[in-house]
Amino acid sequence: MNVTALVVFTLLFLFVTWLGFFAARWRRGDLDLLHEWGLGGRRFGTFITWFLIGGDLYTAYTFIAVPALMFGAGALGFFAVPYTVMIYPLLYIVFPRLWSVAHKRGYVTSADFVRGRFHNRWLALAVAFTGILATMPYIALQLVGIQVVIGAMGVETSGFIGDLPLIIAFVILAAFTYTSGLRAPAMIAVVKDVLIYVTVIAVVIAVPIHVGGYGKMFAAIPAAKLLLATPPANSYGSFSAYGTLALGSAMALFLYPHSITGILSSSSARVVRRNAAILPAYSLMLGLLALVGFMSIAVGVQAMPEFADGFKRYSNNFSVPALFMALFPDWFVGVAFAAIAIGALVPAAIMSIATANTYTRNIYREFINPACTDADESKMAKVVSLVIKAGALVFIFALPLQYALWLQLLGGVWIIQTVPSVILGLYTRRLNGWALLIGWLVGFVLGTWMVAANNFAPVWPLQIGGTSFPCYVALIALVVNILISVVLSVVFNAIAPGKEQDLTLEEDYS
Amino acid sequence: MSDSNPEHRPVRPVIWARLLLILPFIAMLWVSSYNSATPEWGGIPFFYWYQLVWVIISAVIIAFVYQLER
Repeated sequence: MNVTALVVFTLLFLFVTWLGFFAARWRRGDLDLLHEWGLGGRRFGTFITWFLIGGDLYTAYTFIAVPALMFGAGALGFFAVPYTVMIYPLLYIVFPRLWSVAHKRGYVTSADFVRGRFHNRWLALAVAFTGILATMPYIALQLVGIQVVIGAMGVETSGFIGDLPLIIAFVILAAFTYTSGLRAPAMIAVVKDVLIYVTVIAVVIAVPIHVGGYGKMFAAIPAAKLLLATPPANSYGSFSAYGTLALGSAMALFLYPHSITGILSSSSARVVRRNAAILPAYSLMLGLLALVGFMSIAVGVQAMPEFADGFKRYSNNFSVPALFMALFPDWFVGVAFAAIAIGALVPAAIMSIATANTYTRNIYREFINPACTDADESKMAKVVSLVIKAGALVFIFALPLQYALWLQLLGGVWIIQTVPSVILGLYTRRLNGWALLIGWLVGFVLGTWMVAANNFAPVWPLQIGGTSFPCYVALIALVVNILISVVLSVVFNAIAPGKEQDLTLEEDYS
Repeated sequence: MSDSNPEHRPVRPVIWARLLLILPFIAMLWVSSYNSATPEWGGIPFFYWYQLVWVIISAVIIAFVYQLER
């Protein structure tokens, strides 16, 4: 057991625990109101929003999985970089509109907006359901990050005793989320990012010194991993796979409830716009972190006998922790591992808050107890956030990890099906709520079927004419969804024009 | 909600500037243009540094559009 690392790790963890509870008193608001508990009172300025959304999108799982993909699959894993290049123009153009209309109408979730815009509670239910379903496996995967670093420090992670550290971490997380709401992850995100930046800078400096420069590092990478495979004749091969994975992931990202929560908690549409320009700093860090996968190859951690057991248990996900342990003194290993574990707490907290908001607003208040008071609503959300975290914990303990990975892949395919209702809905009222609902259903079922039929590989070998165009399943299903939504909207609007009311006004959007 | 807060003033979109925001999409989706090891930069293959440079270019474009529309 690595005692020094464990002590540093535990101290940092205790510090953020204290911070999480202390956050309830920060920019004090009435936590019996959902927008106070679940959106921090929409009061976060440019600086805090930067940390919050950064902590929200660039999760612990990302820090483990992206380098692990580079380590295992090579250049393909770098799609995370073009993906994050494309998200910010979208954030700049589209989401300030959502902020504005949500601010004026008191919306807390994207389903709230859909409900108001199309006056169709079933479409709102579909959007809410999709958001909750897509986020659940994401929360579960955050636990994997914590599990890997705890295991790497030599703490037993099998059996009930082995599950204990994770349970403790999640009880702490659940408690401060319950008492402080979104203020807790917003505050902790600052600590998390400082730790992550320090770690990444240390790696980026230390590794080239260790292996003798970036040239030597890349020279150690097998040719097959260094670049994407050149496509065969009559095929776009890995090129279209790479491009569509990046584009589809980018379109899906800001539709997740936790992303929407991050956006809506900011204090103005301008804060959202400003953040579109400054959040790319995280993408640079992500790019450098992706290269850590290659550094692990160059340093040769997989061949080191002391890490054989770790790779056996956690496969490629162990490549990053192994690299840290191979290069850094024990105390700094503790810092780096704490960065990853705290990096899991922040998004897990925001995700559970976002799904709790969605359940409470769009399922509980809409369908189960329309007469509930604002205080009931907030209370319900707090309880649901506990249930969701318990569910994620059970998920990780009771089911094979592979299920969480499959569901997370499906989550992306599902959440992108809300593009027509949410993103197109921000620009046009001409679409019909029922048409959107049918389009959503077809996209959802088609995408799920394609992923399953494809043995859970995200890229489908699409044939256009005589040419093969491997494409991310989510995009194919989305195109079908949009076509159906548009065509049926024309039909429905012709049959019964202007029957549904729009509860929003044009000036709400700017 | 009546608002005198300057942070809540509506933004006037500058359309020609917003069209610049398409550039990152074109650059990143044109994969064959950058799937190459050369030219290297400080030992880093083109594929890697080129995409990282686009992170910066797109951030600069967004900041530029923001300044124009302020």
